[in-house]
Amino acid sequence: MSLNARTLSEEEFFYGHKACAGCGGALAVRIALKVLGERAFAILPAGCMSAVGFNFPQLCFGNNAIISTFAGTASMLTGVRAGLQAQGITDCYVVGFAGDGGTADIGLQALSGAIDRDDDVLYICYDNEAYMNTGIQKSSLTPFGARTTTTPAGQRIRGNIRPKKNMFEIVASHNIPYAATASIGYLQDFINKVDKASRIRGTRYIHVIAPCPTGWGIAVDETVDIAREVVDCGLWYLAEYEQGHYTLNRRPSEFTEITHYLSRQSRFRHLTQEDVEVIQRSRDDKWKQLEALQNR
Amino acid sequence: MKPYLRDFIPRTLSELPEDTSYEAGYLVTKNAGWRSIRPVINPEKCVGCLQCYLYCPDGVIYKWNEDAGRGKVAVDYDFCKGCGICRRICKTGAISMVDEKQALAQEASQERSGQHG
Ligand SMILES: Cc1ncc(C[n+]2csc(CCOP(=O)(O)OP(=O)(O)O)c2C)c(N)n1
Ligand code: SF4
Ligand code: SF4
Ligand code: SF4
Ligand SMILES: [Mg+2]
Repeated sequence: MSLNARTLSEEEFFYGHKACAGCGGALAVRIALKVLGERAFAILPAGCMSAVGFNFPQLCFGNNAIISTFAGTASMLTGVRAGLQAQGITDCYVVGFAGDGGTADIGLQALSGAIDRDDDVLYICYDNEAYMNTGIQKSSLTPFGARTTTTPAGQRIRGNIRPKKNMFEIVASHNIPYAATASIGYLQDFINKVDKASRIRGTRYIHVIAPCPTGWGIAVDETVDIAREVVDCGLWYLAEYEQGHYTLNRRPSEFTEITHYLSRQSRFRHLTQEDVEVIQRSRDDKWKQLEALQNR
Repeated sequence: MKPYLRDFIPRTLSELPEDTSYEAGYLVTKNAGWRSIRPVINPEKCVGCLQCYLYCPDGVIYKWNEDAGRGKVAVDYDFCKGCGICRRICKTGAISMVDEKQALAQEASQERSGQHG
């Protein structure tokens, strides 16, 4: 039976949390746990989702959940899986939920190690494109041009000068059994991918874009809408990597206006026409690369 | 298991766990006080597509017994933060955001008239 809003578990496993109103990361965690169910052991490093989920005695996970060190999401996933195995417990999932900073910066080594060992774990990166829990600092997944507290918008340097790291391709290049990208704006696609990942053994990775109203400078009711628009304008993409093959799940025949996407968010409001052109060119290059990967 | 509100709040040293683990889904505070507006669902317009339930970041919209004739979804106002994502997602315009203070005043007056009548 395919999973959708009607057939998904009615249980809630992430409830009463203290995430900001309209938090995209909270939606990603909530939906993934509804797919995986009660037998998911969740590991969350330092970051917004652990900060808002564990405020003793307010414990918002309905399943087994634990905070890891910031760098150690994947190593704790490995350890929890090994511990379960030693106890003969096999009817369960081991899942991690780490932010972009926790994944692409400080947690990358542990993740690479887990994939190399092909440990039987699911790693979900909820990408809000900055270190949100500590007050919006740039990570290597912050996009070009974005204003953060460590990449301010000045006269000469207008926000982040570095492009977003190709995290999905980096993970796929390990020859991982399954990797995918997703968006909380397209939840059916995300549900399908978590469901598919849950039925594959070995290391699995899902990178879900999860806008943060606080850090992106949008209204709290715009999170889902902007998570759709980032896909529709081509600045994010829905893709899968499986058994050595890349698949683009959604290839908009025409991208929507990048300027519309950018101008809605206060983190991009300082950008000049020149900056927008740089972003547009890099988007077009990115899609050429993605299509080449798919067709190789 | 859906986390739910408990009466007991551990406070003294002997009530605190010795290790770093505790019961899952243990809630002691509501989030209702966070919102200034609240979603109200019009059962006449609701077609039960469940998209609001799916997209609520807080998971506070739940399926409601259709036979009760009061719409197909309902909101747990104890934990709704009033973000308004549900209103934007609803294609039939069944959800409207109303002022929280007015809604509370209305509730209180309904309660009063209910008591007298
Ligand atoms: C070793 C270490 N360095 C720094 C911190 C402080 N810290 C806690 S959360 C956080 C930001 C996490 O950013 P990200 O992983 O993107 O998750 P988000 O908060 O955006 O959800 C930082 C820097 C820490 N807890 N541990
Ligand atoms: S700062 Fe952003 S990511 Fe963190 S809880 Fe708030 S909305 Fe969510
Ligand atoms: S989105 Fe609208 S129509 Fe669909 S279930 Fe919710 S209130 Fe009803
Ligand atoms: S206002 Fe936000 S928190 Fe409340 S029910 Fe709607 S989507 Fe959920
Ligand atoms: Mg982040």
